[in-house]
Amino acid sequence: MTRMNESIGSVQDREAVPSAARDSDAIAVERTLAGERDAFRILVERHSAQLFRLAYRMTGNEQDAEEVVQEAFLRAYRNLGQFGSRANFGTWAYRIAANYAIDRMRQQKKEDTRRKTPSAHEEELEQDPLDLVADERPNPDRLAVNSELRSKMQEALKNLSYSERTAFVMRHWEGCAIEEIAAVLKSTTTAAKNTVFRSVQKLRRALEPYVGVRGGLQPQAKAAGAATDSLGTES
Amino acid sequence: MNHFTEEELIAYRNGETTQREAIAAHLTACSACRAELERIEAVLHALDNLPVPERGADYGRAVWQQIAPRLPEKAGRGWRVWFAPRHLLAFGSVAAMVALAFVAGRLVGPKNPGTPPVPVADASQVRERVLVVAVGDHLGKSEMVLMELANAAPQHPGQKEINISAEQKRAEDLLDANRLYRETAKQGGDAALASVLDDLERVLTDVAHSPDEITPARLATLQKRIEAHGILFKVRVVGKELQDKQRANSEPTKTESDAKERNKA
Repeated sequence: MTRMNESIGSVQDREAVPSAARDSDAIAVERTLAGERDAFRILVERHSAQLFRLAYRMTGNEQDAEEVVQEAFLRAYRNLGQFGSRANFGTWAYRIAANYAIDRMRQQKKEDTRRKTPSAHEEELEQDPLDLVADERPNPDRLAVNSELRSKMQEALKNLSYSERTAFVMRHWEGCAIEEIAAVLKSTTTAAKNTVFRSVQKLRRALEPYVGVRGGLQPQAKAAGAATDSLGTES
Repeated sequence: MNHFTEEELIAYRNGETTQREAIAAHLTACSACRAELERIEAVLHALDNLPVPERGADYGRAVWQQIAPRLPEKAGRGWRVWFAPRHLLAFGSVAAMVALAFVAGRLVGPKNPGTPPVPVADASQVRERVLVVAVGDHLGKSEMVLMELANAAPQHPGQKEINISAEQKRAEDLLDANRLYRETAKQGGDAALASVLDDLERVLTDVAHSPDEITPARLATLQKRIEAHGILFKVRVVGKELQDKQRANSEPTKTESDAKERNKA
């Protein structure tokens, strides 16, 4: 069984990076640039977990997230000379990972589309993803509620556009500033703010029927799924 | 009572609104908006509980093992880095020195066609001389910084922090020039000089990225690093070699001026 954690905000992790760690990041960057390949290892070991968390939340898939992490570090290594402010390697690598995750999701979408028949694809495009979620509201008597809620959340996240998902992950889970989100989305701050709003709005429409106040389950759903496992545990 | 919109409440919740106080005041009085905000909060709270698969403590190491064989031999410096203002300044300095050497050569060079031909240095020799002078000067400055750090010590036993801001600033200023000279030495096939500059760069980087005030323990670490690399010794030896070379290079110039004097007479 895969162990799961509930790491909510890496915001604090990223902002509370001790200055000593930032200094040693800067030294590791300099040494890597000076030709010490092993110095890059320090950076990889220090920032992998944070990048994985971001990548997983963006892609919703462990294997994809692993690949995003590896590719982000490879890209960072290849472009290390272009990295200006050497004290914030973590933030820079984070941005590379976010950009690569978006590219990857777009690529996968294209491939999926190519594989599907045109008519099926058109059908899918005509249908609002949010309607799909609303129509699929389960009968609480049939389903284990917590795992159902989890899958609904994953589904709702998948139904967001890449920009919306990126904006939501970066703003809500990672606590990035709007400017940082705008840089990744290559948009203005106003557009980034609107994207964050749209993502929250869509998630709300998709999930509110399943969520009670305080983030628990709706009383009706709770009664039906009383015997099921609790949130955050593997089903 | 005018209620706030969903967008305004989400912005309030995300700390992105300019009317924070007005919304806060409204929320204390308006149960409908409070309930709306609670519903938004509930969804976001539920999403907080969406788990992320845990990666063990060795995850970073595993990632390194995966990517290490795929890394190019050297980290990319990227062409843009050479256009950074600090690099442009360093390039400018070297270019100015080369130009100066060229102009000086034109001014003091043979003008009278009747005078016997005097051996004139070709472009590569001029470049080498400029590099010898510039690197010699650079090593001299670096030696001073390293010496000061090697001899720094707390002024009294209880001193918690030592100010090295002057050395730190100087090391920062020397770093870009050092990179440039190292690259030049490497391209010129002077592996020994490139290696010393490489070692020096690491120490300068450590110093440049240190805080203005460091603890005695950190100072001791820096001093150990300077000592471990034997960098001060290497800098002195190479600096001395360059001085000798510079002197040897200036000999023909002396001969040239002697020749001119002789011609005048």
